[in-house]
Amino acid sequence: MKITFAIQRFDPEKDSSPHFEDFELDLAPEARVLDGLVHIKTYLDGTLAFRKSCAHGICGSDAMLIDGQERLACKTLLRDLGAAEGSSIRIEPLKCLPLQRDLMVDQEPFFSAYRSVKPYLINAEPAGPKERKQSQAEREEIDDATKCILCASCYSACPVLRDKNPAFIGPAAVLNAARFVFDSRDRGTGERLPALDRPDGVWACESKFRCTQVCPRGIKVTKSINLTKRRIESLNKQ
Amino acid sequence: MQTEYDAVIVGAGGAGLYAALEASDAGRVAVISKLYPVRSHTGTAQGGIGAALGNLEEDKPEWHAFDTIKGGDYLVDQDAAAILADEAVQAVYDLENMGLPFSRTPDGRIDQRRFGGHTRNFGEAPVRRACYAADRTGHMILQTLYQQCIKNDVEFLAEFHAVDLIMDGPACRGLVVLELRTGELHTIRSKAVMLATGGFGRMFKTTSNAYANTGDGLALALRRGVPLEDMEFYQFHPTGIAGLGILITEAVRGEGGILRNRQGERFMEEYAPKLLDLAPRDLISKAILSELKRGNGMRGDRQIDDYVLLDATKLGKEVVEEKIPDIADFCRTYLGIDPAVQPIPVQPTAHYGMGGIPTDLHGRVHRGGGEGSYLGLYAAGECACVSVHGANRLGTNSLVDLVVFGRRAGRHIADFIANADLGRVASGSDSYARDKVARLKSGKGAHGGKIRETLQKTMMEQVGVIREGSEMRAAIATIEGIRDDYREARVQDPDASFNTDLLELLELENLLDLAYVTAHAALRREESRGGHTRSDFPERDDGRWLRHSLVRLADGKPEFSDKSVDTSLFAPKPRVY
Repeated sequence: MKITFAIQRFDPEKDSSPHFEDFELDLAPEARVLDGLVHIKTYLDGTLAFRKSCAHGICGSDAMLIDGQERLACKTLLRDLGAAEGSSIRIEPLKCLPLQRDLMVDQEPFFSAYRSVKPYLINAEPAGPKERKQSQAEREEIDDATKCILCASCYSACPVLRDKNPAFIGPAAVLNAARFVFDSRDRGTGERLPALDRPDGVWACESKFRCTQVCPRGIKVTKSINLTKRRIESLNKQ
Repeated sequence: MQTEYDAVIVGAGGAGLYAALEASDAGRVAVISKLYPVRSHTGTAQGGIGAALGNLEEDKPEWHAFDTIKGGDYLVDQDAAAILADEAVQAVYDLENMGLPFSRTPDGRIDQRRFGGHTRNFGEAPVRRACYAADRTGHMILQTLYQQCIKNDVEFLAEFHAVDLIMDGPACRGLVVLELRTGELHTIRSKAVMLATGGFGRMFKTTSNAYANTGDGLALALRRGVPLEDMEFYQFHPTGIAGLGILITEAVRGEGGILRNRQGERFMEEYAPKLLDLAPRDLISKAILSELKRGNGMRGDRQIDDYVLLDATKLGKEVVEEKIPDIADFCRTYLGIDPAVQPIPVQPTAHYGMGGIPTDLHGRVHRGGGEGSYLGLYAAGECACVSVHGANRLGTNSLVDLVVFGRRAGRHIADFIANADLGRVASGSDSYARDKVARLKSGKGAHGGKIRETLQKTMMEQVGVIREGSEMRAAIATIEGIRDDYREARVQDPDASFNTDLLELLELENLLDLAYVTAHAALRREESRGGHTRSDFPERDDGRWLRHSLVRLADGKPEFSDKSVDTSLFAPKPRVY
């Protein structure tokens, strides 16, 4: 079917501000948005800049705004967007992160927030010669959070980051803290509190659920943030 | 930026990160990657990591080693396979201790499941050996190792693309890298360079591999005179989503999934009566191709792009959602089906290079021809060939390989940099890279897209699952033609910063060079063994070919030599499953 991609373009070496450019494509309804972008880059305009790698929703490289919502270009089929003959699809870079070029944004603020919560197992007790035991129920508690691919969709969609507090560490950082806070093997919650228990930490979240709505991995991000708030409250009472 | 390090590791997948963790205590170590961290292809590994923990039933590293050797059709170096199987056990415990969230048994231990070619007691029956985290095992390994790198302050240079190695005779002195953000070329001096750049599946049209899998490390080494080993052995995974190539893990069959043809027959009964759908991948891919050829594919048109069905409906919704949730998600997203209700259309997809940069047991790169190893040049993971996979890799062994040998290389690098001096790098060491980039920017010819398309189609159709002499000769002629075209190819993007167009053209050159030696190596080996199947030479021929191949490029032409296979543990036997 004939379809138009309206893509936000920005060339830092030439442009003072972003603008939109239309590309006419002939694609099947089962085609991924990424297939369209690759076609443009290969055959129509080699200057189009975007990130990609695994092309099936695992590596987290190609999160972008597609028709106004954060999605992975490789996991979004044209038919999912309700695209029909003559449709136009609007494609923009993620918000809340500095624009680099076209659909590329600087991911460093996002990763810096992630690193700030000490996203690694902290446990100085000797593990013994084999695995640490963990029950299936304990493992299940962290399952949802371990699915995160750090694509920054939630960061871009967060209304707090967009409109109120750009210093908020963001949904993914809290989620990845929760992944360890609720891990039965971890002993590091105290070390993570300075990053979490502050106005720009978990308390900036206003539970608007945008993170959960856009997560391409279907993670209940807001729930995880709220459980983290409750855990911090109960620790602070002790 | 800093341009002197004790060690530089190229690639931030499992092998690179593990090596960085081991080496970073010993000196200034940087990991450079053309991707952001955690985007590497290790993250897409699904089903599991094999280790004889014996958590559910008796198992022994010796059995794992045997399965690996037999699975590799006896082209495996058996001393390396023994190390792989032995050290896998502690490696899995170490990953768990670092926080990796493995799926658990009812008593809280690491759960294990069946996988193709992994057996009890030297081939008796499938054994539960694959330790797993749902169907996200690679994702969890990559994330856990990256998390440990954060904890240990490992330095990352994200979005730097390696363009050339700086060699001084048998010593590696550093490398030249392209910074994506600025377009600048930097010369980095380093006592040690480790290549951990992963695979090169993008030379084929239908592949499970990421766009990034363009064999950069192998191609850089090849162009600097390093030989590559066993390039003719490339694995086609039997179950890629038809038309897309997206991987459907072998764990679907480990959990009870069955392959069926258009008559609904479980056709593996004919090809592997004992292990059935859990036979090694090369046998199943060949079996599927045979079915397609007989007109038993779903379309029945006898074309190689026809497909069969992977039936997981008897697993039930609960097992599907708990054990293979991402597979269920892929099926919903890309096929609009629920695998618990409807079978999955599958066909072989280019998946894994068994060959690569030849190394010893510590990751040191061999020079070939009995000349020992290079000084300060290391490789591990898919880009390397140690060789634990021989002619065909068993499922789960890629993750074992990168953890065990990534770590071994890292430890050796730590010792090496403690005693080595930073070598002298002559001025102008970057001229090759500079000339190359300048040439691409001033090219007058076609854009690279057409060249890439021709390459991928040629390799898929003529150097694919089943190969034949005249077809491969035609493929070589085609590749020679498009290598000539490439010399005139041009970058469309005039910018310096974020020039992904330039990056893709550099990647294309790597694929062209590797495809060229792969096709030559496949034509030269006149036998069928593991993942290398010749319709004109259908039998394994130990008398002539029980040996590794080494290929160099001399003035752009391939030059072959041989390397012996370590068979110190198990004498080669006919391979029956």
